[in-house]
Amino acid sequence: MLTRRTALMGAAVAALMMTVPAMAGRADELKLPREKVTLVAPPAVHPHEQATKAGPKIVEFKLTVQEKEVVIDDAGTKFWAMTYNGSMPGPMMVLHEGDYMELTLVNPETNSMPHNIDLHSATGALGGGALTKVNPGEQAILRWKATRAGVFIYHCAPEGMIPWHVVSGMHGTVMVLPREGLKDGDGKPLHYDKVFYIGENDLYVPKDEKGKYKTYETLGESYADTTEVMRKLIPTHEVFEGRVGALTGKNALTAKVGETVLIVHSEANRDTRPHLIGGHGDYVWETGKFNNPPQKDLETWFVRGGSAGAALYTFREPGVYAYVNHNLIEAAELGATAHIKVEGKWNDDLMKQISPPGPIPPERVGAADPVAVIR
Amino acid sequence: MLILMKAKTAMIAGALAAPILATTFAPAPDDHIDGVHLASVSFSYRAAGDFSAGGKPVAGPLREHRLTTDLVIMDHLVTSDEYARCVQDGECPRVAASDSAPNVPVVGVNWHDASSYAAWISRKTGITHRLPTDEEWTLAAGEKASDEAPPLVDPSDPAQAWIARYEAESARSRPNEAAPQPTGTFGTNSKGLKDVAANVWEWTESCFVRATLDDGRERVTNTNCGVRVVEGSHRAYMTDFIRDPKTGGCAQGAPPTNLGFRLVIVRPASMVAPIGRTVAKLLRLI
Repeated sequence: MLTRRTALMGAAVAALMMTVPAMAGRADELKLPREKVTLVAPPAVHPHEQATKAGPKIVEFKLTVQEKEVVIDDAGTKFWAMTYNGSMPGPMMVLHEGDYMELTLVNPETNSMPHNIDLHSATGALGGGALTKVNPGEQAILRWKATRAGVFIYHCAPEGMIPWHVVSGMHGTVMVLPREGLKDGDGKPLHYDKVFYIGENDLYVPKDEKGKYKTYETLGESYADTTEVMRKLIPTHEVFEGRVGALTGKNALTAKVGETVLIVHSEANRDTRPHLIGGHGDYVWETGKFNNPPQKDLETWFVRGGSAGAALYTFREPGVYAYVNHNLIEAAELGATAHIKVEGKWNDDLMKQISPPGPIPPERVGAADPVAVIR
Repeated sequence: MLILMKAKTAMIAGALAAPILATTFAPAPDDHIDGVHLASVSFSYRAAGDFSAGGKPVAGPLREHRLTTDLVIMDHLVTSDEYARCVQDGECPRVAASDSAPNVPVVGVNWHDASSYAAWISRKTGITHRLPTDEEWTLAAGEKASDEAPPLVDPSDPAQAWIARYEAESARSRPNEAAPQPTGTFGTNSKGLKDVAANVWEWTESCFVRATLDDGRERVTNTNCGVRVVEGSHRAYMTDFIRDPKTGGCAQGAPPTNLGFRLVIVRPASMVAPIGRTVAKLLRLI
């Protein structure tokens, strides 16, 4: 049977083989094989190998900046977003330690603002921010070497407007995997069947005198009011994947009992504390950096604003799980909730309902009046 | 079919009786005359609450139900304007939608707000107004009432029911428009009620009950009136002080979009009886 994992690896290997000879004609001192990756929107992640025996390569990615008005909740609240490739967060880019990323950043002429990219995984020049400032109608290409393994934030950082661009959606995650793949603290290899890539975003939407969310003709017009809300530090929305309900209901994530999931959680601006209700983190890289041993059996893990964390979990019971920011006010009132539908066979050993809710036996403390209503 | 025909007959009767009603209830403000008169007929009703038999969860019993008297119920949801008058009189709490557009249902009200309004309008008009029971709402909702029985939890594998319920709730079509719309936007049902089961869920008087169905008898083991039945395109149970229903955290599935209400108008018996007789006479003439 073709498992998902082998399918993923197969796709990655095929992509590699196709792109190996494509080096001719480039003014490039690095004589390394190249791989061109097609990015996908979160919560999905592009196919990739978890461990690799191949040598270092140059992995090519392209991010196109899109400024656009989006809806961020079921009430239809509109919001001017700035995005990499149209999604909040931007797509995850995966490569291995020792690989090089060659990133093309495109700012189409239709946009209104200069943008750039600061990659926390990269070394030098403000994470690349100083070398990638592109005006509408421009593009830049940056190459950086992946010297540290882990999940890292990338975000826009234009002078004078950094926080506004970040909380408007311009952030994403790079995952640099160790060449031998993930390991527990004793050096035993760890594998995942799938990745859930969750980008949390604090949003600050201005309101009018009547308390209704304001809308703006253009992105630029929303700047002054939005900054005013931002300065008060209390978000109006705290969401996964750019909107309330992006990962619930019909959009709920799915898994099976026995499946192992790597949950990568990023927040580019504000602290968060992911928690899987009814489950755990089997192995958690709370700070997201894979050359540190993972912590085991966590209930809630802390993701610092401006970082990404990773948690590996194997589902043991079926059901509907809620995955939340365990500041429950932010989860329930502001939107930071995802649901995971897990199919499989119930395990009575782990949990069993011994007695369903019913009356307290008579004569016991708290028992109701024994006269029951018959209708 | 029989029920439907009877309902139609009742509507014709209502229409014929309208001039009589207008003269009989002259002191009442205009907007509270537009109650729909529904004859007491037998209708299919699935009991609200949590039921079990032999210690296992079962669906609420579906049974034929008949109200003890005829029902007069508002044809429209209480509007923001109507509610605002109660706020001005200092009898209803101000809510977010207190002063929104005229002729739009008031939403963002909890059970206590709705009950305060009913008490105020009753005093104002001298005619008792109250929230409908779940049974009354079901009769008035007619074809718009849902008798959907949620998937049952099998204690040996509780997850299957949760997933089934979650999928059923997720599959429900969400109203395209979340904001309340002008009265009548969503049409009139076969009983003459406007905007039933659209994007406003309605508070009822009915409390949440837990009951057993052993020996063919329904035995209520727990009644929680801090949680009321809320009706709309699906039935929900809502804590009485909630104004803004929403999902999140542990709560899964699709909650009601908005909370509003319409009221039952309790005609003094002395007035209803003669009208009933007049209507009966008129019907014989048809």
